[in-house]
Amino acid sequence: MKILVAVKRVIDYNVQVRVKEDGSGVVTENVKMSTNPPDDNAIEEAVKIKESGKATEIVAITIGEEKAQETVRKALAVGADRGILVKTNGVVEPLAVAKILKKIVEKEKPDLVFMGKQAIDDDCNQTGQMLAAILNWPQATFASKINVKEKTLEVTREVDEGLETIEVNIPSIITCDLRLNEPRYASLPNIMKAKKKPLEQIDASELGIDTKPRIEQVKVEEPPKRKAGIKVANVEELVQKLKNEAKVI
Amino acid sequence: MSREVMEYDVVIVGGGPSGLSTAIKLKQLKPEINVCLLEKASEIGAHILSGNVFETKALDELFPNWKELKAPVKTKVSEEKFLFLGKKKSISWPTWLLPKVQQNHKNYIISLANLCRWLAEQAEAIGVEIFPGFPASEILYNEDGSVKGVATQDMGLDKDGKQKDSYQPGMELHAKVTVFAEGCRGHLGKELIKKFSLDEGKSPQQYGIGFKEIWEIKEENHKEGLVMHTAGWPLDNKTYGGSFMYHAENKQVFLGYVIGLDYQNPYLSPFDEFQRFKTHTEIKKIIEGGKRISYGARALIEGGLQSLPKMYMPGALLIGCDAGTLNMPKIKGSHTAMKSGMIAAETIVEHINKNKNLSLYEENFEKSWVYEELYAARNVKPSFSWGLILGIIFTGIDQILFRGKLPFTLKHRHGDHETLKPANKMPKIEYPKPDNVITFDKTSSVYLTGTNHTENQPVHLKLKDKELPINFTLEKFDEPAQRYCPVGVYEVQTENEVKKFVINSQNCIHCKTCDIKEPSQNITWVTPEGGGGPKYGNM
Ligand SMILES: Cc1cc2nc3c(=O)[nH]c(=O)nc-3n(C[C@H](O)[C@H](O)[C@H](O)COP(=O)(O)OP(=O)(O)OC[C@H]3O[C@@H](n4cnc5c(N)ncnc54)[C@H](O)[C@@H]3O)c2cc1C
Ligand SMILES: Cc1cc2nc3c(=O)[nH]c(=O)nc-3n(C[C@H](O)[C@H](O)[C@H](O)COP(=O)(O)OP(=O)(O)OC[C@H]3O[C@@H](n4cnc5c(N)ncnc54)[C@H](O)[C@@H]3O)c2cc1C
Ligand code: SF4
Repeated sequence: MKILVAVKRVIDYNVQVRVKEDGSGVVTENVKMSTNPPDDNAIEEAVKIKESGKATEIVAITIGEEKAQETVRKALAVGADRGILVKTNGVVEPLAVAKILKKIVEKEKPDLVFMGKQAIDDDCNQTGQMLAAILNWPQATFASKINVKEKTLEVTREVDEGLETIEVNIPSIITCDLRLNEPRYASLPNIMKAKKKPLEQIDASELGIDTKPRIEQVKVEEPPKRKAGIKVANVEELVQKLKNEAKVI
Repeated sequence: MSREVMEYDVVIVGGGPSGLSTAIKLKQLKPEINVCLLEKASEIGAHILSGNVFETKALDELFPNWKELKAPVKTKVSEEKFLFLGKKKSISWPTWLLPKVQQNHKNYIISLANLCRWLAEQAEAIGVEIFPGFPASEILYNEDGSVKGVATQDMGLDKDGKQKDSYQPGMELHAKVTVFAEGCRGHLGKELIKKFSLDEGKSPQQYGIGFKEIWEIKEENHKEGLVMHTAGWPLDNKTYGGSFMYHAENKQVFLGYVIGLDYQNPYLSPFDEFQRFKTHTEIKKIIEGGKRISYGARALIEGGLQSLPKMYMPGALLIGCDAGTLNMPKIKGSHTAMKSGMIAAETIVEHINKNKNLSLYEENFEKSWVYEELYAARNVKPSFSWGLILGIIFTGIDQILFRGKLPFTLKHRHGDHETLKPANKMPKIEYPKPDNVITFDKTSSVYLTGTNHTENQPVHLKLKDKELPINFTLEKFDEPAQRYCPVGVYEVQTENEVKKFVINSQNCIHCKTCDIKEPSQNITWVTPEGGGGPKYGNM
C-alpha cells in the first residue's frame, strides 16, 4: 500500500502574525515558517502504518515556492521515502491545490492520501474535501484515530457532537486532526539521511493546471483589540455581570 | 539506553557569527574536512539578537565578494548622533569629539540574525552540516580529560524527566576538535572555564543586559542610515548603560537599551528603565505614530581583555562571546566574534595537518587585529565604575588623546552577582504604568518574541537550593529575579499567605541574565528541548 501525504509550509504557530500596512495580506518576510501542525500528524500516522507493515511506501508532497522543500525534507526526516515539490508562485487556492494533487494522484497511484484537516494560515478546511470530490474517492475528515483493515479504514472523527466512527473504502482521502497522534522528533542521523532521499521537482505549469486565484481578497485586517478585563470580587458578581452586562447567560 | 555516536573532524556548538565563521573558514582552507554545527534554535538566526551596527572587517576577509554574493549588508551608516539625556533636556555631543572607535561612518546597519542565516546558506553550500533544533547539552571527555565532543539533548522527556512516547535519546558527537561558540554566557562554556580554570588570573567577567525593539515608524521621522546613541537619563550616574537607535531599511528603527549588570539597586528593573527611556521627548518624537513589531533581550559580555579567559584547552576551543571577544567602547562584538572563529579554523587546520598543539590559538589570536582592538579598548568599561561623568572624562583622555595606549590596565573588581546592595539600604523605584502605545508591560512583550517551550518537559532553569529564593533572596534583596528577567519568568506569588517562587520557564527567551545576576548564583540555565525559545525574525 502506498500513501501520499500532503504537507504545507505556513507561518510558525508561535509567531505573532502581522497584517501588512496596506491590508493586502500578512507579513511573511523575516518570519519563521514551519510545517502546518496537523500535517505533522498526517506524516506521523503514515509512518506508523508503514512501521506496522501495512504500507510499503510514503510519498510526501508540497505545493509552493522553492523554499517549501524544507517542509518536504522534514517529512523525509521522520520517515517518508520520497518527496515531490510542485513549484508555484504566489497564492494557490484550495481548488488549485486539489487539482494539482489530483494530477499527482493519477501519476503516483497511491492507495491513500493523508492531509491535515486544515492549514493554520488560511484556515480554509477545504482542500481534502475538494480532492475527494474531483477524484470521486471516499473521504474521512477530522480523523483522530485510524485503524487499517483489509480493504477499508476504520476512522474515528472529531465532530461537534463528540466522536463518530466510520468505515471508508480504500482508496480514500483522510484529513487528520491534531489529536490523531503525537508526532515524533526527527533524529540527527535521519535528518542526514533525508538529505539524500529523492526529491522530485515539478513545475506547476507542466501539469497544465490553471492556478489563477478564483477568489478576490478584498482586505485583511487585524481583529479588534481585546478590552482589558476586570476583576470580580465573588461568584455572585461574576454571574450578575455575565447576565446583565455581557448578556451571555 | 546507549546513545548513537557520530564522528566528525570538527563539531561546532552554536550558529552565531563566530561558529558559522569557523565552519566556513574550515571548509575554505580544507574542503575535505567534516564539519558539523549544532544550533539550539529552531532555525539559524532565531536566537540571535543584536543591534546591529556592523563593521565589515572580518566579513571582507571571509568573503571578499560578499556584495556579489548578496549578503544582507546594505544600509550604510549615513549620519551619526550622540545625545546626552537629562530628564527633560538633552545635549547633542559633536561626533568629531567622539573617540575614533565610536565613529561609525564606514559601518552598516544590519540584522545580525539575517546575516547569520546568509552565512549558514554559504556554509551549507560548501558542505557544512548544520543542525538547527539540536542543543548541545553535555560535554563529553576522553579518559585523559581532554574534550571528546558533545551530546545533544534528549527529546521527549516529561516534566519529571520520564520518557514520553515521543522520547528520542540524544546523540553523541565525537570530534578531533570541538569548538564552543554559544555566545554570551554559554552554559557549556561556563563548565569548561571552570573545569580547565581558563579564567585563572583574570578579572571577573562583566555583563550587560541588552533590550531591543523593532519599530515601524512614520516616513517623515525615518532617516535610513542614521545611527543615534544616548547616555544619561533615566539611569543614575552610578549605573552603566545607554541606548541605541538605528534607522534600518523599510521604515524600521532598531531601538535598544543596554544596562550593565553590575547595577547595585535590587529594585532596579532593566525592562522598565528601557520602557521609561522611550518616553523622553527626543525618543518619543521619533517613534510616535509608529508601531512596535518585535521585542527581545539578550545578555552581552563586557569584560574585555582583562576578563578574557584562555581560549584553548585539550580537544577544544572557546570562541566569540562564549569567551568574551566583544569590544565594549565600540559596543561591537560581531566582527571580533567572526574573526576569533576564523582564527580557530586556521588553528584547527594546522592542528590536524601538522599535529600542532591547540595552544597555537593564543599565538594566532595575539597576532591578530582583534587583540589589538581589545587591547586599546581595555580601560573604558572599568573606568565607568567611577560613575558616568568620570568615566566619560577618563575615556576621552584614554581613547582620544592616547588611543588606548595608556601604560596601565584597570581591573574589574567584582562579579556582577556580587554588586547588589541589600534592599533595605536602597531606594524603591516607582515605574510609570505602560501606556500600551510607547511603553508596554512584559506580558505583551513576551508575545512578540514568539517564544515557546513544549509544555510537558523538565524545567530548564535549575535552582541549586529550592528554598533560597523565599528564605533568603526575597528577604535580603526583595527577590530581584522578578525584575531582572526581561519576560517575567520569575514571580513571587502569595497563596494562603504562604509565599511561593514560581518559574514560568516556557516564556524564557534564553537571555541568560538570571544565570549571571542571581546574587547567590542559585539559578543555572540549561538547554531546554531543541527548538524551544524565541523565534526572532530580523533581530
Ligand atoms: C496550530 C494550532 C491549530 C489549532 N487549530 C484548532 C482548530 O482548528 N480548532 C480547534 O478547536 N482547536 C484548535 N487548536 C487548539 C486550540 O487552539 C486550543 O486547544 C485551545 O485554544 C485550548 O484552549 P484552552 O482554553 O483549553 O487553553 P488555552 O489556549 O491555554 O487558554 C485560552 C485562554 O483561556 C484563559 N485561561 C487559560 N487558563 C486559565 C485559567 N487557569 N484561569 C483563567 N483563565 C485561563 C487564558 O486567557 C487563555 O488566553 C489549535 C492549536 C494549535 C496549536
Ligand atoms: C542588544 C545588543 C546589541 C548589540 N549591538 C551590536 C552592534 O551594534 N554591533 C556589533 O558588532 N555587535 C553588537 N552586539 C554584540 C553581538 O551581538 C555579539 O558580539 C555577537 O552576536 C557574538 O557572536 P557569537 O557567535 O559569539 O554568539 P551569538 O551571536 O550569541 O550566537 C551564539 C549561538 O549559539 C547558540 N547556542 C548557544 N548555546 C548553545 C548550545 N548549548 N547548543 C546549541 N546552540 C547553542 C545560540 O542559540 C546562538 O544562535 C550586540 C549585542 C546585544 C545583546
Ligand atoms: S529566565 Fe533567565 S534566561 Fe530566561 S529570559 Fe528570564 S532572565 Fe533570561
